[in-house]
Order: sequence, then C-alpha cells, then structure tokens
Amino acid sequence: MEQSTLTDEQLIRQASVRGFEAFQDLVERFQDRVFAVGRRITGNLQDAEDVTQQTFLSLIEHLDGFRGESSAATWILRIATNHALKILRKRRGLPLAGQMAADADDSYSSLPHPEFIAHWQETPEALVERAEVGEQIESALELLDEKYRLVFLLRDVQELSVRETAEALGLTEANVKVRLLRARLMLREHLTRVFGDESTRVFPSHDHG
Amino acid sequence: MTCEELLKALNEYVDGALDLSEAECQRFAEHLAGCNPCQIVVDNIRGTIELFRNGKPFPLPAEFKTRLNQTLRQRWAEKFGRSA
Repeated sequence: MEQSTLTDEQLIRQASVRGFEAFQDLVERFQDRVFAVGRRITGNLQDAEDVTQQTFLSLIEHLDGFRGESSAATWILRIATNHALKILRKRRGLPLAGQMAADADDSYSSLPHPEFIAHWQETPEALVERAEVGEQIESALELLDEKYRLVFLLRDVQELSVRETAEALGLTEANVKVRLLRARLMLREHLTRVFGDESTRVFPSHDHG
Repeated sequence: MTCEELLKALNEYVDGALDLSEAECQRFAEHLAGCNPCQIVVDNIRGTIELFRNGKPFPLPAEFKTRLNQTLRQRWAEKFGRSA
C-alpha cells in the first residue's frame, strides 16, 4: 500500500511490523509539526531540535504504547509538548509551577482592551496558504510573555482541555482561563494590526449597555 | 450585557463552553447583534486561533533532518537488532 494513503494510526502500526522504513515515513509526516511545537514552546531553535530528536526516540521506545485513545497526531504532539516543557524546567533549574505561579495579571480586571478593530483583508483559510504568514504569526507569538504563550499553545494549538493545560503547567484552571483570554486578546490585537483592513476599522463604542 | 462583560466571557462564548448558561448565551447574542466592534473582535479571535492551528509549520533545517535520520536509524538498529 502507498504510504501516503495510510492514516497516521496505520502508519504507527506499520512501523512496529515493517521496520525502520515505515517508521521513517511516520517521522517524515510529523517532523515539521513536532519541530514547531518545540520551537514555539521553548522559543529556541536548538531546543526545538532536541525536542524533535527526543520525541522520535521516545516513539521508538513506545511504539506499542499507542492505544488509539486519541488520534496519533494528538499522541505524538503531546509527547513533544512534554519534552519541551521538561527543557524549560531544566533551563530554570526550578519547577515550572513555581515560575508560573499566579500574579497580579491573573485577574479579569484591566484586561487588554481591543484597540485596532477591523475585518482582516483575507480569510484565515486564505492567509495560511501564504508563505510569509508563518513567520508573521510566529513573531506575534514571540511577543507574548511565556506564561501567556504556553497556555495559548497548549489550549488553543494543541487543543488540550482547560484541566489538562492546568495540570501540564502546574496552574489552577481559573489561572488558565484568564491567561488564555489575555493571550487571545493580545494575539488578536497584534495580528489585526498586521492583517486588518484599515478601511473597515471601527472604534469601540461605550454608549450602550 | 456591556462590551466589558462580553470581553470577560469571550472565551466561554468562543469555545461554546458549557459553563455559559442559556440565558447568558442569549444575552451574548443580543449584545453582538447590536455591537459591530464586538462582532469583529469575536471574529478576529476565531481567525487568530484558526491561523495558529492550521498554519503551515516552519520546516526542519535540512542539516538537522539528516542528523535526525542518522540518530533514529542507529537507535532503531540497537533496539531491534537490524536497520532498514
């Protein structure tokens, strides 16, 4: 069977039967996404390489551990996320939880208010097809403090639940929710300044309840 | 509902979370129907999430790709006693 027609899950099962060649196909299919997880979480290319290597080495060790309870993509990207978080903890020499503890910004008071409000010039579907957009969204992400970036990545990009995100980062669910809201608002502001259509700009109205 | 209240409940609305009661959803929808700026903000936030979720990942550096392949091939051979 053509490798390209296999589902991700079939490819994992094939690898344990058919050997390294099938495993290579799996690596080929996921390496860019795994690398992106590493890069986005650690903010560093060297660390992203380590995350990628460790993730696929773990897969070799645990190929039989895939139970099909989640999709193969979810499973693999979670392994990558765990490796990336481990690198962050090690870099600090402290548990991430201690560094990530709640602070004054973890409340709903003084939320960042939307300022540049406009429709985007193109739909998200059209934007993702553009070569330059990849770097533009990565730069927006790099502007976020780590405490917001991590919550956004785990919850919105990796699609972990609020509870799973809280557990992975050693936060309360309430902290996750407010950090996610701040992260979304900050990214929206930045991306709308980049992709917004100035001619459709509107201003926040304060005259109605 | 005010724009400020909407801002605070934005996540729950965008995620369609269950902790938003039917009455709250209704108030949310009513506010949105009469408030163009809030409509656009909700739309922008959905777009933001979609871009990050579906964006093309930054490709692996070619030199690393080769190195990765060698490392994995070696580990595979050690574990399973044979290479490709």
